[in-house]
Formats: sequence, C-alpha cells, structure tokens
Amino acid sequence: MSTVLAIASVVIKELYRRKDFYVLFVLTALITLVMGSVSFFHDTSIVRYVKEIALLLIWISALVIAIGTTARQIPAERENRTIFPLLAKPVTRAQVILGKFAGCWLACGLALIVFYFFFGVVSGTREHYWPLMSLLKALWLQWVMLGVVVALVLLGSVVFTAPSSNATICFIVVLGILLLGRYLNQVALQQAEPLRSVVYGLYFLIPHLEWYDVRDFVIYDRNLAGWLDCGLATLYAVIYMAIFLVGTWLVFRRKPLNL
Amino acid sequence: MKKLGPYLILLVLLAAGFSLATVVQGRADNWKVRGQPNDVLNVALGDWRRMFANQFFVQADVSFHSGYYPSIFDQAHAPKDTRHLTAKEGEPAAEEHEKRMQFLGAPRDWIERFGRHFLITEHTHLEGKKEREILPWLKMAAELDPQKIDTYAVAAYWLRDLGKVNDAERFLRQGLLNNPDSYELLFDLGTLYYRDKHAPARARKLWEFALREWVKADAAGKKPDLLKLDEIAVSLSHLEEQEGNLPRAVELLELAKKASPSPGSLQRQIDELKQKLAARPPAPAPGSR
Repeated sequence: MSTVLAIASVVIKELYRRKDFYVLFVLTALITLVMGSVSFFHDTSIVRYVKEIALLLIWISALVIAIGTTARQIPAERENRTIFPLLAKPVTRAQVILGKFAGCWLACGLALIVFYFFFGVVSGTREHYWPLMSLLKALWLQWVMLGVVVALVLLGSVVFTAPSSNATICFIVVLGILLLGRYLNQVALQQAEPLRSVVYGLYFLIPHLEWYDVRDFVIYDRNLAGWLDCGLATLYAVIYMAIFLVGTWLVFRRKPLNL
Repeated sequence: MKKLGPYLILLVLLAAGFSLATVVQGRADNWKVRGQPNDVLNVALGDWRRMFANQFFVQADVSFHSGYYPSIFDQAHAPKDTRHLTAKEGEPAAEEHEKRMQFLGAPRDWIERFGRHFLITEHTHLEGKKEREILPWLKMAAELDPQKIDTYAVAAYWLRDLGKVNDAERFLRQGLLNNPDSYELLFDLGTLYYRDKHAPARARKLWEFALREWVKADAAGKKPDLLKLDEIAVSLSHLEEQEGNLPRAVELLELAKKASPSPGSLQRQIDELKQKLAARPPAPAPGSR
C-alpha cells in the first residue's frame, strides 16, 4: 500500500508542478468572472447563466486534466526509461498501475476541490445562498466519474502507442458517452436487426458516465438524488474502474518495457 | 549593424501594421449594414451566428423549464412555437404545451430507470420573478441574430412582467430598428404603451402600423400569423370602442373573426356592439339649428 501511495504522491506533485492545472483554472476563473461582470437589463441578481458557464468550464477542465495527466503516465516512464529502476525497487507492475491510477484520480479530486470552491464563492456571492450538500454531491459524483475516465485512459495508454492518440480516442469516447449514452436504447429501437442488437449491446456494456453529470440540478436548484442512489452510482463506477484496471494489468504484464 | 537589425525589423513591422490599419479601417466601415450585426465577430461567424443564436434561444427555453427539456431524440415533443414562453397557467397554449411535454414515458430498462434519478423529470416553469434568468440567453441570441423576432417578443414580455418597462421598450425598439416591418414587434410595443405606460394614443398608432404591416405581408404572400391579426384587430377594436367609435370597432372585430380560433365569442361581441349602435340616438343633422 505504501508503494502505491508513494507512486501516487509523485503524480500529485507532477500536477502542481506542471502548468496545466493553473492555466485551466485561470482560464475558467477569468471567463466566469468576465461573464459574471456583464449586466443584462440592469439586473445584477441574474446568476444561472454564470453557474451554467462556470460548471461547463469546470467539467471541460477536469476532463482535460484527467485525460491529459493519465495519458502520459506510463508512456513517459517508458520513454524516459524510468520504468526500469521503478520496477527494480521492487515494485510490481500491478503496483505501478494502481499507483498511477491513485495519483491521477487523487490529483483530479484536488483540482475539483479548488474548482468547486471557486464556483461556490462566485455563485454564493450572487445568490446569497450556499447549497453545500448539493455541491458536495455534485463534486463527489464528478470525481467518481473521473475515476472511471482515468482507469479507461490508463488502459488506453498500454494499448495505444502514442499518448496523443490515446488522449484523442478517449476524449471522443467519453464525450460520446456523455452526450449519447442516455439515448442509445432509443437509437437501438429505431434500427433493424442485427444493428439493433449491436447498439443495444453497446448500451449495456458502456459505463454510463452521463449519470454523474448533475450540473442541471446545481444550476436550477433542484433536489439531487439521495445518498443511497449516489452510493449505488459510486458502486457502479468502482466496478468499471476495477474492470479497466484489471484489463490494464493483463495487457501491461505481458508488454515489453523497451520501446 | 548586428544590434540594429532586430530594431529595424520591428520598425518595418510597425510601419506595415500602421499602413494596414488605415486600409482595413475603410473596409471595416462597409461591414456595418443597417439591420445587420456590426461587429467583427458576427462578420467572421457568418451564418453560423444564426445557429448559435438559435442555440441560445433554445437555452433560454431550457432555462425557463429549469432543465427539463426534450433531447434531439425527443424532437417530436419539442415545443414548435414560443407561445408557451409567454403563456400563463390555465391558458389554452399552456395546457396544450403541458401535454406535449410529457415526453419521457416509462423507462425501457434498468439503466434508464436508475439513470432517471440523475435526470430532471419534473415539468415546471420559472415563476416568482425567476423568469429573469432567461434574459441573458435572449440578449445573446438577439445580438447574434437580430432578425429573430421571437427573441425580442419573449424578452420584452418578461421584462414587462418583471416591471422593467423601460428596458422592454428599449429592447423592442432595438428589434424594430433591425426589423422595421415586423408587425409582431409593433403590436408588442403598442401593448406596452397601452397597458404599462397608459398612452392609448401612441398604442393606437402602433397597432395601426402593425395592422398595415400584417396586411402588407399577407399581400406579399409571406403567410403572416393569423393569430397575431386576431390580437391586433381585437386590441384596436377595444380601443375604438372605448373612444366611442363603434362602427370602426365592429369592422375590426369582423376582421378578427376571420383569423380567430374562437369566432363565436367574437360574434357575441359584434352583436353587443351592434345593439349599442342601434340604441344610440342618431347624430343631429348638420345645420339643423
């Protein structure tokens, strides 16, 4: 366990040493504050459009951080040949995978805490109302979703040759699931066999990441799902994380380390 | 010479930039066409701005429904017009809209059933002054596509409802600047003057203009909205009735009857006005004293 955490801590340090997070945070903050400073029809109490734009930027930034950080972990170790002394420690390949996963996932969590704190301050100062429980649930669900994304990208990093192709493909897959995952069953029903079975099969196989996108509940001040539903959704995500991590280990353990 | 080189290049670039600015400035003035958006972003976006404007208008509708809105896969149930955006509870337009918005149906499998816990499934409309939340999207839509009439009409309606009458007037006038022959905006501006500013004379003028533009559009084969003719004619008729000009009021109601979804109630009003006319003492003949 300490080996895994040691590897994870290196990944977290990498997050705050690199510029990615700071650039994304400053961009998000700048755009949100500029949009928030605009007055529409002399009404300064309008807030939902600011929340909508801010949350969209937070989601985009979090995905960029998750996919960008994870895609280069194992390829960078192999390219710089630091994977050899790491495995000679001795650290098993499974520990490397778990350590990288834990580091990337925790790094995403830390980034999300900063983003949501900023969001809470901006929306709270305008609305004079802080829905802490709602924000906490939204943060938790997004973090759990990013865990699935990190595990998926980690699998991609041992399957695809270049980090850029891995990141691009994973981005497309994740965006596709977020936008269309909910409706694949409707699309399947409109098709003829055998395409219907293929699409329906895909619908049941993919991790339904769109469940975790609860921005509308935060923006429109609606009551979010209860803790039991959030717990079940977390369990669902953990199962997919485990599937992807096991898949990564199965591919990585047979992979030659030299390029 | 080596040290002077980069400075010389910088000077040349500055001179080139200055010269280009003087050439482009003249061209940029031609980009400003009356009734067209006049900033570089809109020129650069071209017809894409209409697509973005439409998206912002839909976003206003989504905001009005607090997130409950049909997806592209439920488009058969999507609102086809914007009457629900300005309809109050209990009105026929609101009730018809309520029926159309039951698009979710029963979940087809356990994934969809569980997923509904993380989806807004209740049809509501913003109320209690929260309708102001749709205004930024409408403002942005108007900036990108000044020819979209509905944007001005919906925004002005809610601005009036929120008590921002002057802002509503200003926005309608901006819409008329970009769409001078829009009978919808002329009618809405007239309604604003009649109901909020209590200026019936100005309202009458604007409604007369609106009626004229409607007739012009009809003659040109543009198939203008019949319901709007009904509203314009009925409003003008009530004004004429208040001012005692009953024959003109009857004439306008007869015109409205052709376009009205409820001609029966209009016929009753016509009959009442004709009875009032008949009961009126005849006007004294000129020079009878």
